[in-house]
Amino acid sequence: MKSKPLTLKILDIVSVVLLAVSAYIAIFVAPTEAVMGDVQRVFYFHVGTAWTALLGFVFTASLSVVYLLTKDLKWDRVQVAAIEVSLVFFLITIVLGSIWARPAWNTWWTWDPRLTTAAITELIYIAYFMLRQGIDDPDRRARFGAVYALLGGISAPITFFAIRLFRTIHPVVIGGSNAQAEGNFSMTADMRTAFFFALFTFTVIFIDLFWNRIRLGDLQDKVEQLKLKVTS
Amino acid sequence: MFFQEPIPDTSGYMIAGYVIAFIVMGIYVTSLYLRQRNLNQDMAMLEELDKPVSKVESTEPKPKKPAKTVTKRGRKK
Repeated sequence: MKSKPLTLKILDIVSVVLLAVSAYIAIFVAPTEAVMGDVQRVFYFHVGTAWTALLGFVFTASLSVVYLLTKDLKWDRVQVAAIEVSLVFFLITIVLGSIWARPAWNTWWTWDPRLTTAAITELIYIAYFMLRQGIDDPDRRARFGAVYALLGGISAPITFFAIRLFRTIHPVVIGGSNAQAEGNFSMTADMRTAFFFALFTFTVIFIDLFWNRIRLGDLQDKVEQLKLKVTS
Repeated sequence: MFFQEPIPDTSGYMIAGYVIAFIVMGIYVTSLYLRQRNLNQDMAMLEELDKPVSKVESTEPKPKKPAKTVTKRGRKK
């Protein structure tokens, strides 16, 4: 296995620094929201991870098309990497949302359209890995995975637009408003700084983890090929 | 100002949120590191097994040449 490229090493360090700075801005620089108090500060990481995860899921759907056209297993490895990182980010989104909901809505979970679509999206991509586990042939596994991820990709925009299309209590903070929302707030300039910095941070962290995961997939592939060579 | 409600103390939830976010990311990064390490070990072992036999032999230490024996004829000479 080739040693880690210098760019990736730098990106690893930049990601850690950005995460620390983003947490500092969210906790100490952004003002305290008057109605909800400090719990509103989880909003910055909640939206940051949701943004990258949903974009990641849409991106994987486009990778499905590339794989189905080229039949190159390299694209399958890239897709697996993108889904895995998106899945971790979306898990953080759901957990942070649940923690925010406890004081804001007085419940950890409710079957609101946004929460329901988010849970379905997470489950769809967990099932993606279960599906892959059940298929031994690499080409068949990649083909099935690509078709599944292509269909699963529809869930990401549905989740994103759920708060704009359905009656929901989930707040719409960016690009709209929701009269039924509970826990709505408008952002001040400092809140906006923390918010956009968190979006930038999680985009960089996503790219870093994605790159690392692709390298892991490549190594896994080399090991499997060598295993076949040795056993044959 | 007089009727303004105090800001509720929800800092415990905020701390829990950030701690969990960092833990989840930490677990994922650790899992990436461990998988990478295990695969590198597998790769090294498989490469060792895959080495051609001749290459393996060439790396083994050569047997020492037998010491020259002096024959009776040699002595006579």
